[in-house]
Amino acid sequence: MNMMMSEPTTGLLSADKPLSIAILAMGGQGGGVLADWIVALAEAEGWVAQTTSVPGVAQRTGATIYYLELLKARPGATPILSLMPTPGDVDIVLAAELMEAGRSVLRGLVTPDKTLLIASTHRSYAVGEKEKPGDGIGNPETVVTATDFAARMTVAFDMERLAVKNGSVISSAMFGALAASGALPFSKEAFEATIRAGGKGIDASLRAFNAAFDRATERSNDRPVAAPVKRLDPLPATAGHPALDRLVARIRAECPPAVQAMAYAGVKKLTDFQDPAYADAYLTRLGQLHAADAAAGGMARGFAFTLQAAKYLAVAMAYDDVIRVADLKTRASRFERVRKEVGAKADQILYTTEYMHPRMEEVCGTLPARLGHFIEARPKLYAWLDRLINKGRRVKTGTLFWFSGLYLVSGLRRWRLGSLRHQREAAHWETWLAEASALLTEDYDLAVEVLGNRRLVKGYSDTHARGLSKFDRVMAAVPMLKGRDDAAPWMRRLRQAALLDEQGTALDGALKTVATL
Amino acid sequence: MAERSFASEVEDLKLGAGEIFSGEGILAITKALLQAGVSYVGGYQGSPISHLMDVLADAKDVMDELGVHFESSASEAAAAAMLSASVMYPARGAVTWKSTAGTNVASDALSNLSSGGVTGGALVIIGEDYGEGSSIMQERSHAFAMKSQMWLLTPRPNLTAIVEAVEKGFELSEASNTPVMLQVGIRSCHVHGQFIAKDNKRPAFTLKEALESPRRDVNRIVLPPASFLHEKEKLERRWPAAVDFVRANGLNEFFGPSAGEIGIIVQGGLYNNLMRALQQLGLADVYGESRVPIYVLNVSYPLIDEEVLDFARDKSALIMVEEGAPEYIEQALHTLMRRRDIQTKLSGKDVLPLGGEYTTPVLVRGLAAFFEANAPKLLGNRPPVPDPTPVLADPRVKALSEVVPPRPAGFCTGCPERPIFAAMKLVEKELGEHHVSADIGCHLFSILPPFNIGGTTMGYGLGPASASAFNVEAGKRSISVMGDGGFWHNGLATSVGNAVFNKQDGVILVVDNYYSSATGGQDILSSRALNPRRKTNNSIVDAVKGIGATWVRQIDRTYDVKAMRDTLREALTTKEKGPKIIVASSECMLNKQRRIKPLFAKAVKDGKRMVKERFGVDEDVCTGDHACIRLSGCPSLSVKHTDDPLKDDPVAAIDNSCVGCGNCGEVSEAAVLCPSFYRADVIHNPTGLDRFLAKVRARVIGWLQARRAAGRVVFAD
Repeated sequence: MNMMMSEPTTGLLSADKPLSIAILAMGGQGGGVLADWIVALAEAEGWVAQTTSVPGVAQRTGATIYYLELLKARPGATPILSLMPTPGDVDIVLAAELMEAGRSVLRGLVTPDKTLLIASTHRSYAVGEKEKPGDGIGNPETVVTATDFAARMTVAFDMERLAVKNGSVISSAMFGALAASGALPFSKEAFEATIRAGGKGIDASLRAFNAAFDRATERSNDRPVAAPVKRLDPLPATAGHPALDRLVARIRAECPPAVQAMAYAGVKKLTDFQDPAYADAYLTRLGQLHAADAAAGGMARGFAFTLQAAKYLAVAMAYDDVIRVADLKTRASRFERVRKEVGAKADQILYTTEYMHPRMEEVCGTLPARLGHFIEARPKLYAWLDRLINKGRRVKTGTLFWFSGLYLVSGLRRWRLGSLRHQREAAHWETWLAEASALLTEDYDLAVEVLGNRRLVKGYSDTHARGLSKFDRVMAAVPMLKGRDDAAPWMRRLRQAALLDEQGTALDGALKTVATL
Repeated sequence: MAERSFASEVEDLKLGAGEIFSGEGILAITKALLQAGVSYVGGYQGSPISHLMDVLADAKDVMDELGVHFESSASEAAAAAMLSASVMYPARGAVTWKSTAGTNVASDALSNLSSGGVTGGALVIIGEDYGEGSSIMQERSHAFAMKSQMWLLTPRPNLTAIVEAVEKGFELSEASNTPVMLQVGIRSCHVHGQFIAKDNKRPAFTLKEALESPRRDVNRIVLPPASFLHEKEKLERRWPAAVDFVRANGLNEFFGPSAGEIGIIVQGGLYNNLMRALQQLGLADVYGESRVPIYVLNVSYPLIDEEVLDFARDKSALIMVEEGAPEYIEQALHTLMRRRDIQTKLSGKDVLPLGGEYTTPVLVRGLAAFFEANAPKLLGNRPPVPDPTPVLADPRVKALSEVVPPRPAGFCTGCPERPIFAAMKLVEKELGEHHVSADIGCHLFSILPPFNIGGTTMGYGLGPASASAFNVEAGKRSISVMGDGGFWHNGLATSVGNAVFNKQDGVILVVDNYYSSATGGQDILSSRALNPRRKTNNSIVDAVKGIGATWVRQIDRTYDVKAMRDTLREALTTKEKGPKIIVASSECMLNKQRRIKPLFAKAVKDGKRMVKERFGVDEDVCTGDHACIRLSGCPSLSVKHTDDPLKDDPVAAIDNSCVGCGNCGEVSEAAVLCPSFYRADVIHNPTGLDRFLAKVRARVIGWLQARRAAGRVVFAD
C-alpha cells in the first residue's frame, strides 16, 4: 500500500500467463509437502511461485485442495497471482487418490484443451463407501472414463503402492510423475535437488521419486477395473488323495461345464469346512438342483440356476460357527499370514489376541441338537448359563492355555453335523432351496434371484439376526412378485436395497413400492 | 505442545533489514508485529491463525530478547480484554483469533475498548474463515467494525501489503485512538510469498514501566457520563482523525487509468481475484496493468468520502466488489452519493451474487454483466473465457457424481473420541435415540456418518447450555457433549455452572483429549504434559466438583467401550437429579503418535524390549457386513475385495496406518460383532525369557497343528 499508481505509460497488456497447478489430496497425505517442493523448485529456477491452501479441519482426513501458480516473471515486475483455481483454467492437476481425480473433474478443474492430469489410481475408501452392509465401493471405471475424456493427457498409476514399496510417501512419487511428465520446464536434476534440500527422509524420497519417474516414463496407465477379480480354478487332473479325486471326478461327470469351476470352489470350501464326505453331500444336493434346472429348460439359459446354487449352497453349508472360527484361528497357515501382514521380522516375536464374545446362543448351537433344545426350552437355566458365558474374552492364541482351548473347540468338528446349529442351518437352506426350486418352471429368472438372496445372510450374533430378517423380508415378497414379467429384476432390486443400510430402511421403502405394483 | 513445531520458522522471525522473508502469510504477520515494536501479543488459536500463536509460543527466546510479552489467552474475550493495556499506556498490543466466531466471543471487551479508546496502537488480527473449507457460520466481521467503530483493514492478499498493513494499522490506531481490525482471509493466511524484512524493534514503552507508574483517567472508563462523551468523541474526533490518516498515508490505492467511463471499487482482499477476472476479460494483465480504473479499499471501514467522490466524479457507473452479506459498503456508497447528489450509477450485488465466495468465475460473470450494461465497448472482441461447462455437461462426467463420495474431515486414525461415540451408538440401541447437543471441536465429527450423533451446535463450550431448555420431566434425558477446549474456554461457567445451578437433569459428556486438538494441539489447563511456561495438569473433575457437581465419573481410557457404554447407561438411567457429568479422557492420537513415535524408535534402536501393537482382520472369518465400520469409521479400518468366488461383498481390512488403539477389538467385543479382529503384538528386541517361552510355545503349538493337519484331507491351496 502507500503508493499511488500512476497511469500506465504503455496501456499495452502483457500476454504472460502463470502456470496453474491444483493438488487434490486428503488430509495427512502430504499434499502440502508436494506443494512446497514445487514452490521451492520454481523459485530455485528463478520463477515466481505462490501456493495457497485451506487446511482448516480438512487436515483431519478430509478432501482438500492446494493451489499453485508459477510464472517466469518479467524482470523487475511483481505478478499478481490468484489464490484459487479457476475451473477450466488449470494446467496441471495432481490427484493423490483415484476418487480425488474424479472430484477434480467434477469441479471443472480438468479440461480437454489444457489439463494434464497426474493421478494415483489407488483407492482410499470414504466412510460412505465402507459403511454399507453390501458393496458400497464406487465404480473406478466411471472415473477412468471421465478422466480419459476430460484431461488433455493423463498419467495414472498406483503411486501409493510404489511409494510405500520404496519406503516413502505418495508425495515423493507424485513429484516423480510430475518430473517425468515434462509439464514443468525444469530438469530432473533440479527436481532431485529440491528433495535433497528438503532435509528429511531424503534417500527414501529420492527412491520413490525415481521409481515413479521411471514408471511415468513408460507412458502406460494403470486401468482399475470395477469387478473384483475372483479366483476360479480349473478342475485339477489329480488332487493327491483318492477322496478328493472322487469329488473332482463327480464334478467333471455331473456338473455342466459352466458350473464346474464354481462347484469346485464350493467343494474346496466345504472340504476345508468339514470333510470330503460333506462336500460329497453338497454335490449330491447340487445334482438334484441341476436335474430340476435341466427339467425346467435350464440348458437354454446356460444353467444359471445350477451355477447360482453351486455358489450359494456352498456359502450356506459353510456357515460361520464357533468351530470354524476356532479352526481358522489355530491353523499354522494363519500364524504365518499374520506374521506377513504385520511385517514381523525373523528376530521379532509375535502374539495375537483375539477379541471374542461368546454367548450361550453359540454354546447351545454347538451342543448336540437334543441337549441344545433341552437347555433352550428352560429359560431360567439358559439365562443362568448365559451369565457365565456371555462376556468379552481376550484370547491369546499364541499361549498354550488359549491355544489348546481353541484347539479343543475346533476339534468339535467331528460332531458338528449333529449339532443344534447344523440342524437349524440345514432346515433353513432346505426351505430356501425348496422355495427357489418351486419357482423354476414358473419363472426361471426369479428362481435364480431367490437363490441369490442368500447373500443377505451373513455375520455373527446381532448382525446375523439382522441379515436373516432381511432375507426373510425379501423372501416375503416372492408371492407378491410371482406372475409378473419383471419379478426377477424386482427381486434383484429388493436385494440391493437390503444391502444399502443397516436397518433395512431402503428395503422397507422398496417393499412398499413392490406392494403398490 | 502444538501439532507443528515452528523451530525453523522462528529463525525467520530474526531476519534483519533488507533480508528476504519467504514463507506463509500468517508468519509474515508475526514478523511484522515484531518489526512494529509490539509490546504484547495474545490470542486464541483456531484456523487460520493458529500458526501465529504456535510460532510465538515456540519463539520464546526472540520474544524475551525483544521484551515482548506473549500469552495464550483463555478465550477471545480474554484476548480482547488484554488490549486494555493500551488504553492508558502508549504500548502497542496485538491479539488474534478466528473470525467471526472469535469476534463474537470477544465483542463485549471490544465494545468497551472502542468506547473508551486507546492510547497505544491496538491491533486485532482476525483470520477470516469464510468460503471453501470454512468450519464456521458464514458472516461478516465488517459489522463489528461498524457497530463499535473500530477501523477495518483489508489489505491486498500479498505478503508485502499485509506486512505494511500491520505497521500502518498501529499508526492508524494511535492517530485516531481507536482499535484497528486487520482482516486476512484463510487463503491469505496460508499463502506462500515473500517480502523484504526490516529489523525487529524493541517496544517503545514496556509493560514494566506501566506497572511501576500506573495511570488512570476516569474519562476512559465506560460509565456515564463518560460513555456519552465517548460516542461524541468517536464521531467528532476519532473518525475524522482516522479519515485524515488514511488519506494522508494513501492506505487505499488506485490502479489503472485515472480517468474512464466506469470504475471498480474493491475490498483489498479480493484484489487478486478481481485482477484475474479482468485478465480473463482481456482488460488487465498479470502484472497489474489495467484498462479500467480500480480503487482498492485496503481500509474497508471507514470509507474515505472524498476519495470515493474523486473516483466517482466523471464516471457514469461504478461497481462495488464486496464479498459476503449484507453489502455494507455498497449501502454506504449509495448513502454517500445520494447525500451529495452524485448521479454516478452504482452496481454491486445487483450483478454479483448476494453471498458466497467471489471466485474468479463469479467475478467474470458479474463484471461482464456490468460492462455490458455500462461500457460494452470495453469488452472489445471478447476473448474466450475459461469455461468448463461443456465438460461438466458431458454424461461421462455427470456419471461421476454417482461414484465420487463426499469426503468431509473426520476423526483421525486411532482417535480416542471414536470409542465414545461407538459407546453412544450402543446405548442408543438399548435405550433409543436421545436429544444430543453437540459443541465445537473434533468431537463434532460425530454428526457425520458413521455415527450420525448430535442435533445442534451453538458455540464453543455451549453444548450443555444449549440443552438447558430440556430440563423438564420426561422419559429420556438430554445428552450434551463438550470438549476440554470448550470446557475451559467457556464451558465451566456457562455450561456446567449453569447446569449445576439450575439442577439440569441431563448428561454432560466432557471429551478430554489433553489438548485443544481441533486447533492444532495446543496445551490447555487440563493438558497432562508438563509445560514449563504454563500451569497444566488441572483436573476437569476437580473443577466441576468445585462448582457443585455431585454425579461425576471419570473414565481414564475411552477405548474401554464397555465402561463407556455402562457409564453412559448409568448416567441416563440413574435416579439422581442434576447434571450427570462424565469426563472421558484419552490423549489425542495425533499428538500422542507425534510424541511417542520417536521415543519408540529410539528405544528399539537402543535395544530395549518394546511391544508394538496393531490390529488385523482374519478375512476368512469376516463376512463383509461392515457392522464394525459403522461403529468406527477409522481411516485405517477399510474394506477390500477378496478373490474368493463365494464372497460377494468386500471384507474388512486394516492397513499399515493402524496405531493399535484397540477400538476395533473393544467395539467388536462390546457390540458382540464378529470374532475376526485380532491384535498383533510384535515384540521388538525380545528378552531371553521371551525367546525361551516363544520356543516352547511354538514347539507345542506346532506339534498340535501338524497333528491336526495330518488328519485332514483337503485340497492343496
